[in-house]
Amino acid sequence: MTIERDIQITEVALRDGSHAVRHQYTVEQVQDVTKGLADAGVPYIEVTHGDGLAGSSLQYGLSKVNDIKLIEAAVDVAGDSKIAVLLLPGIGTIEDLKEAASVGAKMVRVATHVTEADVAPQHIAMGKELGMEAVGFLMMAHMAPIEKLVEQAKLMESYGADIVYMTDSAGYLLPEQVTERINALRQELQCEIGFHGHNNLSMAMANSVAAIKAGATRIDGSVRCFGAGAGNTQTEALVAVCERMGIKTGIDLYKIEDLAEEVVAPLLPVTPTITREAITLGYAGVYSTFAYHAKRAGEQFGIDARDILIELGKRQVVGGQEDMIIDVAAEMARAKAVASK
Amino acid sequence: MAKLKAAIIGSGNIGTDLMVKLGRSEYLELTAVIGIDPQSDGLRRAREAGYAGVDTGIDGFFEQGLEADIMFDATSAKAHIYNDKLCQERGIKMLDLTPAAIGPYVSPAVNVDEHLDKRNINMITCGGQATIPMVAAINRVSNVVYGEIVATISSKSAGPGTRANIDEFTETTSKAIEVVGGADKGKAIIILNPAEPPIMMRNTVYALVEEGTMNEEGIRESIKEMEKTVQSYVPGYHLRAEPIFEGNKVTVLLEVKGAGDYLPEYSGNLDIMTSAAVRIAEEFAKKELKETV
Repeated sequence: MTIERDIQITEVALRDGSHAVRHQYTVEQVQDVTKGLADAGVPYIEVTHGDGLAGSSLQYGLSKVNDIKLIEAAVDVAGDSKIAVLLLPGIGTIEDLKEAASVGAKMVRVATHVTEADVAPQHIAMGKELGMEAVGFLMMAHMAPIEKLVEQAKLMESYGADIVYMTDSAGYLLPEQVTERINALRQELQCEIGFHGHNNLSMAMANSVAAIKAGATRIDGSVRCFGAGAGNTQTEALVAVCERMGIKTGIDLYKIEDLAEEVVAPLLPVTPTITREAITLGYAGVYSTFAYHAKRAGEQFGIDARDILIELGKRQVVGGQEDMIIDVAAEMARAKAVASK
Repeated sequence: MAKLKAAIIGSGNIGTDLMVKLGRSEYLELTAVIGIDPQSDGLRRAREAGYAGVDTGIDGFFEQGLEADIMFDATSAKAHIYNDKLCQERGIKMLDLTPAAIGPYVSPAVNVDEHLDKRNINMITCGGQATIPMVAAINRVSNVVYGEIVATISSKSAGPGTRANIDEFTETTSKAIEVVGGADKGKAIIILNPAEPPIMMRNTVYALVEEGTMNEEGIRESIKEMEKTVQSYVPGYHLRAEPIFEGNKVTVLLEVKGAGDYLPEYSGNLDIMTSAAVRIAEEFAKKELKETV
């Protein structure tokens, strides 16, 4: 039986949420969550280190369990749901993608900074060759003018992407900015458009609704907001909102709520809330994973984490540059020491 | 003083920057810049500077009866295989700035002495040239069990070749962290940053040393010494902060400011490749010239 869906939701708690557990997911946890998601009828479930395939590193945090093992474990219990993987060219490679496909991943989301789509063609082409659905995932979409975003999205489409995402990695955008961007993409692209939000300024749901209204048909959510920063659009709430709007997600509301409450909530080291660091991410337009590292560097160097994040925003640091956090913190600490002399 | 004859294959940014650097060399005499596009700006510059500007490729170079003891190849991995074959037949030493990696990976600060007799030398990658000396600096004091590097370069200094083959960067650099840097296991990450004005090349080296072998003082000194060694051919190479020690982990933050010869200063990633290649060629020339005297 095919389930009727107006939009397709991708659950990212097992990838974006990997940041929230410092990449310590176990096989058992991944299977428990995947089973529940599959049972609730979630069509796509993303499983990877927070920074994508091969993201396990000193730069981003070492994984407790290797990506491929977790993907394989998820595939085993995914039923009709498809397992998606994230790949950032420059971190993961085509070899990693082949391995992920060999254990049953059915979708690859190839993520680049919003202006750097041209590092993605080989990975998208390989995804297609491996029989996967391929997504061009343009991160930090707020950092480029709309014309640039459209140009880069068209490149992704030209490489063979089935779907192009506009990704608000910093949780910076406001609903009208999302509307403008999705409208522009809708007008210029033939393929499906997706939106991935972060809740740093409490805008994730409003932004997701704006994206849907403007014609996005692929939306990311995380159960219990289990993602980087203040998390993503809360999946179970999104399902409820879509029902009210008369938009079919094909996801069972009670089941996804129960999963969030009974399986996912106990996994969380801390309840995702909009902390001062999270607000600063959205306010300064900084990549959502930076909050953890900035907090740690702030303690190490005696600097307010918010000041570090704001400085990173000024320097137009992009996703993946976690090493700049220590760099900037060390520099600020030196300046502070000089000033107090 | 006698000099060895050198030629450059590739008249793009890298080739032109090499030309400027070779113009200053005490040991190498540039004879020609070889390209395939008669309209190329690099060839025009080469001719203006008094070198032969060949626009018919390496075949044209030999047909014209031009000579070289050393060739710098700044074309592509595919073209390099052809160029290398012709040079091998003629006994010309090859410095490979492409990802072809026919010859061993060499960093002038780490393993040049081992490979001066090799006919073909590969320059690894820009990120490798910038970071592997530091992996080696740590490893010569305490055994590095895992070496990881993150190279961040400005979008403007990442050419279409790098972009289309970004996996080559991560794979080659990871391997060279092991083979040249001496780490038991290597990992490399590359990030492109489009900020305006363009950022300088930034690199971070993380090394995990074998439990119980951490020697902070020794490592700190070795890193400082290595900084000076690299500065002898890339003056804009420097530590951004004191090395950071946490448990068995060492973190080194680096920045590379280019010499600004032909390429802009922010292209430290390209400058370190051309500077390192010239340094290796000079080491070779010194040895050859000494032996023939």
